[in-house]
Amino acid sequence: MSSTDIGSDTADWRPSGTADALRARAAMLRATREFFAHREVMEVQTPALGVATVTDPAIDSMRTSVPGAPSRYLQTSPEYHMKRLLAAGAPSIYQIGPVFRDGERGRWHNPEFTMLEWYRLGFDGPRLMEEVADLVDVLLGPADYQRRTHNELIQARFGIDANADDPAVCLETARGLGLGRDAGIEDALDLLLAEAIASSTDPRLFVTDFPPGLAALARLGPDGMAARFELVVEGIEVANGYHELCAPDELEARMAADIQRRRAGGRPGVAADQRLLAAQSEGLPDCAGVAVGFDRLVALRLGVAAVGEAMAFDWERA
Amino acid sequence: MASYSTNEFRPGLKVLLEGDPCSILASEFVKPGKGQAFTRVKLRNLKTDRVWERTYRSGESLEVADVLETQMEYLYSDGEFWHFMNTDGSFEQKAASTTVVSEAKSWLQGQEVCNVTLWNDEPISVVAPNFVELAVKETDPGIRGDTAQGGTKPATLSTGATIKVPLFVEIGDVLRIDTRTGEYVNRVKV
Repeated sequence: MSSTDIGSDTADWRPSGTADALRARAAMLRATREFFAHREVMEVQTPALGVATVTDPAIDSMRTSVPGAPSRYLQTSPEYHMKRLLAAGAPSIYQIGPVFRDGERGRWHNPEFTMLEWYRLGFDGPRLMEEVADLVDVLLGPADYQRRTHNELIQARFGIDANADDPAVCLETARGLGLGRDAGIEDALDLLLAEAIASSTDPRLFVTDFPPGLAALARLGPDGMAARFELVVEGIEVANGYHELCAPDELEARMAADIQRRRAGGRPGVAADQRLLAAQSEGLPDCAGVAVGFDRLVALRLGVAAVGEAMAFDWERA
Repeated sequence: MASYSTNEFRPGLKVLLEGDPCSILASEFVKPGKGQAFTRVKLRNLKTDRVWERTYRSGESLEVADVLETQMEYLYSDGEFWHFMNTDGSFEQKAASTTVVSEAKSWLQGQEVCNVTLWNDEPISVVAPNFVELAVKETDPGIRGDTAQGGTKPATLSTGATIKVPLFVEIGDVLRIDTRTGEYVNRVKV
């Protein structure tokens, strides 16, 4: 079937997730809301469409076109809106809702997916990791969690010290895995980490202390490493969290660097979100935040091998 | 040159990699939430049969390989080349080198319909039919009546290949052979 035949394959009218899968999903949504209600974290709903979007160098946004109105972006995460709520004085907050990322389709990716994102006032990275583990214990059942730094994982898998060794060594190793010659050091580190995670045997693994080039919106620690963590469950990335960067000038500088990298990589141009910058100039309180791919957690709970089976209708059937 | 982009990769596509035709066996989209998207691909080199693993950044592409899998009838060998003919009635012939015919040559004596892979119209691999029938050219004298289970002995076939056969088999017998395992199946004609 060609992609232009809209809905012509009527055999696809049925859901991609089974009735049992959808029942498990509903139970997990309920358990998540109970978890946060119990901890007095407030549920919020922020817009799915905004005039601005992320400058993240490896995330592309979809956009709308309404005649006579400037186009808006489908949000790739509720992060910016939620941070504006925090700057405006909100308490700790969470949100469960749809987010959209252009071009991300695969066994573990659906361009539209459900993200659970929350922010905790006064938390740092380690404290938020504990809370993430508490929630995952509720949703998937209790288990042990390993913590390894980004560098430890790469060292264990490839025998290179990404902190001490020349970046050329990392690039060379990544090229040995088939990375193109024009790719940069950040791409190389992404690939090395992805490979290291794929070969790690820890069922639940927190990756911590990312290199500063992969800080995204995490603050840098006293050792110069980013206060960013990821949770990997059975080899699948399910959460990405930060002890949030508060300094508005540093935020502006990172957004400018992102825009530069997007241009160099030939990605669609985006502008820095001025409202987020204004909010952080007013003051983002000290907080830690994390985003969880909810559909992946459901898939892990069900033991299915594709994220589409954890949804009512995946991309092909939507 | 036509090419396939990473988002078009799927099993069965034929692409060119390092100058060799390959068939994609599996392709997986890999993307760290904040990181670059990659496509991890497993490919079979159609010339060497080796499996390669490669990782591409999304948006990269591979050239399309002009590969056709077809059936051709084996005609004869002139010592250097092995000659095959199309079975579509066109009588078109192709010559394959000894290297390309490789293991299949143990089982070919003439008229077998083989699976031939063509790249840019030239044969790059030949697979013999799953079962062939070949006469025994040489073996130790048969033990009459010994048709029950028992030992085996080597027998040389008309093609020159040597296989293990039951003790009762004699020179001139025609045997049915499974080319995938190289094993004797049964005696067709005494």
